[in-house]
Amino acid sequence: MVDDDKDRTATPETPETPPKGPKTMGHEWDGIAEFNNPLPRWWVIVFMVCIVWAVGYALVMPSVPGAKSFFHGLAGFSAREAGRERLAEVAVARGKWLTPMQSASVEEIAASPELRQYAMRGGEVIFKENCAACHMVGGAGAKGYPALVDDEWIWGGTLAEIRRTILHGIRSEDADTRIAEMPAFGRDAILTRAEIASVADFVLALADGRPGPADGAKVFADNCAVCHGDKGQAVKDTGAPPLNNQIWLYGGARADIMAQVTNPKHGVMPAWAGRLSDVDIKQVAVYVHALGGGQ
Amino acid sequence: MTASRHAEAYLEDIVKKFTVAAVFWGLVGFLVGVYIAFELAFPALNLDLPWTTFGRLRPVHTSAVIFAFGGNVLIGTSFFVVQRTCRARLFGGETLARFVFWGYQLFIVMAALGYVMGVTQSREYAEPEWFVDIWLTIVWVAYLAAFAGTILKRTEPHIYVANWFYLAFIITIALLHIGNNLAVPVSVFGAKSYSAYSGVQDAMTQWWYGHNAVGFFLTAGFLAIMYYFVPKRAERPVYSYRLSIVHFWALIFLYIWAGPHHLHYTALPDWAQTLGMVFSVMLWMPSWGGMINGIMTLSGAWEKLRTDPVLRFLVTSVAFYGMSTFEGPLMSIKSVNSLSHYTDWTIGHVHSGALGWVAFISFGALYHLVPVLWKRKGLYSMRLVSYHFWIGTVGIVLYITSMWISGIMQGLMWRAYDEWGFLQYSFIETVEAMHPYYVVRALGGVLFLTGAAIMAYNMYRTVRGDVRVERPFEAAPGVAAAE
Repeated sequence: MVDDDKDRTATPETPETPPKGPKTMGHEWDGIAEFNNPLPRWWVIVFMVCIVWAVGYALVMPSVPGAKSFFHGLAGFSAREAGRERLAEVAVARGKWLTPMQSASVEEIAASPELRQYAMRGGEVIFKENCAACHMVGGAGAKGYPALVDDEWIWGGTLAEIRRTILHGIRSEDADTRIAEMPAFGRDAILTRAEIASVADFVLALADGRPGPADGAKVFADNCAVCHGDKGQAVKDTGAPPLNNQIWLYGGARADIMAQVTNPKHGVMPAWAGRLSDVDIKQVAVYVHALGGGQ
Repeated sequence: MTASRHAEAYLEDIVKKFTVAAVFWGLVGFLVGVYIAFELAFPALNLDLPWTTFGRLRPVHTSAVIFAFGGNVLIGTSFFVVQRTCRARLFGGETLARFVFWGYQLFIVMAALGYVMGVTQSREYAEPEWFVDIWLTIVWVAYLAAFAGTILKRTEPHIYVANWFYLAFIITIALLHIGNNLAVPVSVFGAKSYSAYSGVQDAMTQWWYGHNAVGFFLTAGFLAIMYYFVPKRAERPVYSYRLSIVHFWALIFLYIWAGPHHLHYTALPDWAQTLGMVFSVMLWMPSWGGMINGIMTLSGAWEKLRTDPVLRFLVTSVAFYGMSTFEGPLMSIKSVNSLSHYTDWTIGHVHSGALGWVAFISFGALYHLVPVLWKRKGLYSMRLVSYHFWIGTVGIVLYITSMWISGIMQGLMWRAYDEWGFLQYSFIETVEAMHPYYVVRALGGVLFLTGAAIMAYNMYRTVRGDVRVERPFEAAPGVAAAE
């Protein structure tokens, strides 16, 4: 075998035993022998120190299980107790702000410099954990999810309106949910394809602030103005977005607008009452109101 | 000389099969790993198809590298080592060995197909459903019979240390596999089953298994490889027989209790967390016993590292082993764990062990085995081995450093509070911050995969009998004199 030949030639090059090494154990397996060097001193010492430390730690901390209970350790530590204490400390520390917020209205919170500062930070954290998944960090919005950083408020941008939207949601299962439904003008054959194309052209012109095609204007006046407003400024409380600007919920290309008129999409926002506490919702309302300047 | 007299009697065809399978599954496993690393950096790569999502491909990666690559290396080398160090032909002969080989490959294919199709029992590193588990149990018992049978009919008076480690690995894996996978199938003809455990007991059983899969599959098994291939390649006696006994028994006894450190700060009772932590810390030195024996075996033969890149793989792997078995006990300490837990630090730790220790020692062993098994004078190219070594090492360094930075950053971001006690960052902000490190990690994976592809090519040419014309590695002038 290749290896055995190497063994033979290698032996003379290297000393039979290393400088400090003892003799081998005398056995050989497939050409492999073993020295019997003593255990390294530092190795034994560190191993012993680890064992002593382990025993000591196990005496102080909860360790050995029994049939019905367990050894609680000399320090009597309990992770559950420690956690409870931490939470109690936090509750006390935050009580300074949270207690007055319980009874204050959302307008009062926004008006108080101290409560407002706390609510802005708390609202931001709650927003990031709960709202940013759809509305994006900072309320930047995405296609189908309204941006909250602009001054277009589909359901109203006052503190009270924002709070109501968060509490009850939009098209949610909540009894007091905000709800609006745009007819499916194309799918239900209310308008022809040519009419939808002309109204899309009119809506694009409306957004640009220039005069649109006359046929489109007529379709708009007959079908859309009742909710979106005769100049696209939107009628309050209909849930219809304004169309006289460049803010588009479902895209601003002609094809996007035609698709929305033909068979509209309707977004759903869950009701947060019950998921978030009343105080949390007030904080988020203050934060969101500040994002786009509010109304 | 003993080897040549008995060479005809040893079963080596079966070891060839395991070697080829190990290289093949290694490439598959590394490739899937690289792909899912890119998925994490660029989620669009999940292609919006159920079969290619991270959740389904991740177990394909972990099972392919641990059980398909690592498993084939372990079984293959164990069959090679046990015959030679016992001077006995493999028990059960060709038939039993072939059953183990094909049975094990069938297990791998059934498991991987299941993952991609969404058939899983959702237990980490033990994802295959009950029918695959039963099949693996049968194959594993056959493997135990072949291995232990060979030890029983040995013609050497003593059992070599590598065989203790192989046997501990085989027996403990059987115990862990059966214990963790106890489940009740919903029906005889359906894939679905429910675990026999529930709640925190289920989690504890899972991590008793999960941690000892690391301990007995990825540590004890590969220490066995080290105990044969390092002294063989270095042509030096093992450093200390005494140390091998002490660290073997300490390792075997202590490892099995360390699992609870995976469940720090969970519903697991405090006393179990304490035990998991102290046993992990006590495990530090027994783990290092293997490293000392591996590295010190080279005393008197250090100059070989200059001329033998295969030995370089073996020794570097032992150094990575030492590093990750220091990091492991460190991370099991609760105050450290409160920072590291659930972060990428854990992923980096696992890969310093998996890439640096397990894969490198496997590469070293496979490079040694191929010329011996196919009766070639040497490898096709030692220079290519060296390229593989350096490309792979740079890949590992990129991988683990990016995961350290990303993991520690992630942990610090998660626990950052402002003066009112609010979290400084939302979860998604921490995910965004990790993006550049995910890209670096994926590039590290590409390098590691490239190295493995070079190895496969080198082995293919070796098997064909080719020899590359290249400048041989020479010892630096004066080294021999200095010795």
